[in-house]
Amino acid sequence: MLLPVILALHAATAVLLPPLVRLLGARAFLVASLPPALSAVWALSRSPGIAAGEPAEASVPWVPALDITLDFRVDALSLAMVLLVSGVGAVIFCYSAAYFRSDQAGLARLTSVMVLFAGAMLGVVTADNLFALYVFWELTSVTSFLLVGFDQRKDAAGRAALQALITTAGAGLFMLIGFILLGQAGGTYRISELVADPPVDSPLLPVALVLVLIGAFAKSAQAPFHYWLPGAMVAPTPVSAYLHAAAMVKGGVYLIARLAPGFADADPWRVLVLAFGLATMVIGGWSALRQTDLKLLVAHGTVSQLGFLCLLAGAGTHTAAVAAIGALLAHGFFKSTLFLVVGVVDHQAGTRDIRRLNGLWRSLPVTAAAAGLAAASMAGLPPLLGFIGKEAALEAFLPGHSPELPPLAAGLELAGLVLASVLTFAYSARFWWGAFGDKRAAETDIEPVPGTDAGGEDGAEPRIPRTRATPPSAVFLAAPVLLSLCGLVLGSLPGPADAIAAAYAAPYSDHGKPYHLALWHGLSTPLLLTAVVIAAGAALFRWREAFARLQGRAPRVISAEMGYHLFLHGTYAIALSVTRRLQTGSLPAYLGIILATMLALPGVRLVTALATGEVAVPSGGDGLRLWDTPLEGVVAAVIAVTAIAALREHRRFPALILLSATGFGIAGLFVLHGAPDLALTLILVETLTTIILVFVLRRLPATFSVRAPGWPKRWMVVLSVAAGAFISVSLWLMAAARTAEPISLGYEAAAEQAGGRNLVNTILADFRALDTFGEIVVLLTAAVAVASLVLLNRRHRVVDEPSADEEQIEEEGSRR
Amino acid sequence: MSGAPSLLLVLAVGVLYSCGFYLMLQRSLMRAVFGILLLGHAANVSLMLTDRAITLPPLLGGPEGVLSDPLPQAMALTAIVITFGVTTFLLALAYRVWLGDGNDEVPDDLEDRRIGRLQEPEDSA
Repeated sequence: MLLPVILALHAATAVLLPPLVRLLGARAFLVASLPPALSAVWALSRSPGIAAGEPAEASVPWVPALDITLDFRVDALSLAMVLLVSGVGAVIFCYSAAYFRSDQAGLARLTSVMVLFAGAMLGVVTADNLFALYVFWELTSVTSFLLVGFDQRKDAAGRAALQALITTAGAGLFMLIGFILLGQAGGTYRISELVADPPVDSPLLPVALVLVLIGAFAKSAQAPFHYWLPGAMVAPTPVSAYLHAAAMVKGGVYLIARLAPGFADADPWRVLVLAFGLATMVIGGWSALRQTDLKLLVAHGTVSQLGFLCLLAGAGTHTAAVAAIGALLAHGFFKSTLFLVVGVVDHQAGTRDIRRLNGLWRSLPVTAAAAGLAAASMAGLPPLLGFIGKEAALEAFLPGHSPELPPLAAGLELAGLVLASVLTFAYSARFWWGAFGDKRAAETDIEPVPGTDAGGEDGAEPRIPRTRATPPSAVFLAAPVLLSLCGLVLGSLPGPADAIAAAYAAPYSDHGKPYHLALWHGLSTPLLLTAVVIAAGAALFRWREAFARLQGRAPRVISAEMGYHLFLHGTYAIALSVTRRLQTGSLPAYLGIILATMLALPGVRLVTALATGEVAVPSGGDGLRLWDTPLEGVVAAVIAVTAIAALREHRRFPALILLSATGFGIAGLFVLHGAPDLALTLILVETLTTIILVFVLRRLPATFSVRAPGWPKRWMVVLSVAAGAFISVSLWLMAAARTAEPISLGYEAAAEQAGGRNLVNTILADFRALDTFGEIVVLLTAAVAVASLVLLNRRHRVVDEPSADEEQIEEEGSRR
Repeated sequence: MSGAPSLLLVLAVGVLYSCGFYLMLQRSLMRAVFGILLLGHAANVSLMLTDRAITLPPLLGGPEGVLSDPLPQAMALTAIVITFGVTTFLLALAYRVWLGDGNDEVPDDLEDRRIGRLQEPEDSA
């Protein structure tokens, strides 16, 4: 039960941090690192049990009425993620204490939101209920929005933050629908139960899976949603290291890995995951090689790696699952190291542009070593964790290795993996060389990559000076060094990682060939492929200028970001054109729109229901009759004729008289239907209304103004008649369809108890006395308002402002 | 409990609603007030539609027979009085508009038109 407490601790710390930041400055990040550190220690302490297959569980009732509980469950996969989210998180928080200056604007907000994010992310990877997962998931989207848009002075920051939010949260809505479908199909919203007993026969399942995958793909920046991740690089570097390497972008990978044991065999899961993962992997690697900004290079590399992780996590075979855990951990360690290294370089050398850095390894040797370890892990060199993960991945897709994958598909994936690995090796090398290596003049001054930023500076200096950098503090260096060493240690001693991986992969059948994460599997095909990858990658790096020229000549595919902008632009354009048409300022037009909507939605539905026979038209006997007494015919005729005549009448007094006649006709109707109280009241009210109207009309002109209403009269007639017809037909059908007895049947006895003989009076004065009191209050209020409106006139009669408005309208009207 | 209301009654309700909507669509405030009056009538008669055919007033101790349902009557009674209050208030408003403008017409809302002319923000594309 400790886990909910740890989550609450994150929230509490977020609240306490702002005053602490004022007190301690950037050192408050050390305090902020405590909750994630605690969480990581807790996870480590429980890890032996979890790896042995006994998940830690906790449950907090949340919405008992809807049977929604906050279930938490930490199994092997969650354990790996908690170690990344909280462990790497704690390290990055310590690094942030050295990265940020204490006088940085908005520091309090930043620390607070970062801790909130850490808590939300911890919730995502431990929640065992689809709704809880969704809530934490969207919390990470919102906190990420605040973190990416942290620098409010930069327009780009706001735009990138919005873009990330719209993409991930918009796709998140699809995911929510998918969750609901999944829960409905499976009869439970507990993830562990769904995965253990997937509703494979449900016709809803394919739709649900596609929707869930859309959310996961957007969160993990899979093509074609990958554009938001490089954009989000305007965030401060520690934020990028945390959100965009270790934590948030892994959310989608985590969800895929979480659901894969149950759903990988259900169509169209495997096809989608393998296709999009492969495409993302290659696209990311290709574009990483074009970047000259170190941070963007790492970001595009992350896109590529996320594709790699998604396809491993979703492939749904034993070996792929083992590889997924290995690659997940490896990526968390090396990618956050690389981001942190970019932060150190940027901070100490003042730039992170490859074209402006030269020979930096001499002044930042420790950083360069850490970066070297991380880049080697990314490239897949032994004895690092990245190598182990990649070996496992290559093994998983050897044709014939897993019967779940058809040989052709496996071969295709393997070819894609090798290609992407070659690109990965090349951009890993490019990263280290770009940040720390010695360069030739031509390579620094003019970077021949057209399309990114060609020819920024002139090549005047024949010999380029080494970039100078101030040595970083020990705290600053500790984080990247520690994280890169994690990759080395876990790579050399893959026991712990393998225990987690084995526990995660346990649900899959290993077909008698259990795979383990290890450095040495003998002289196998994957090892051979790794050698090929290293050779080809090295060649690609060696002939990088030729390759850059090739890339420059390659046609640029329509970027997915264009799609995002088109979507945004289209939404604005539609919204504006709708507003322009509807927001005309004319009250009759607004009312007409309301009536038209009533006709278009419930009206059309009624007509279709009648046409298909869904609603029966009352017929025969009691249902269909012209009148109850012939007198009703007379009264109805009076009502209809006077009402229609009243609206055709343009003189005020005759219209008034006709309206009164309508009122008296309705009183007659009440008499016929056994309602004498109503008839009496109506006659009284009609008389009063008529008298008041006469008083008012006495002062007004004799006829109504005949200004054109702005739109044709016959449309108004059509609309009014249709609306009236719709309402009366609905009322007729509803009254005919009534089956319940009226509740007033028991009123007779109650009225006798109350000592009343007139039931209506008893209702008003006894049963609903408070309502009647309210009615009297309304009348009084109206009387006071009328009196003040009329009497105000006696004292000063000038209220000129409306006429000024009127002039303006006339003026605009003539201009139009 | 069954039985639809008679067709003539339904027709009368339809005519009242149609006339009420038509008058509400006019620019003259006075005619709009008339429209509200008619809509009030229409709503009250709608309440009557729920009742059985021809019945006796809901009075105890009168002649033997089926009494009409008192509940819709009580509602309609309240509605009549409230409509009266609303109508009077609207009349007073129309009167003031006439005092200010010299006519009783509803002008177009300038602020609404300004919203309609808003442009797409620069950075969206």
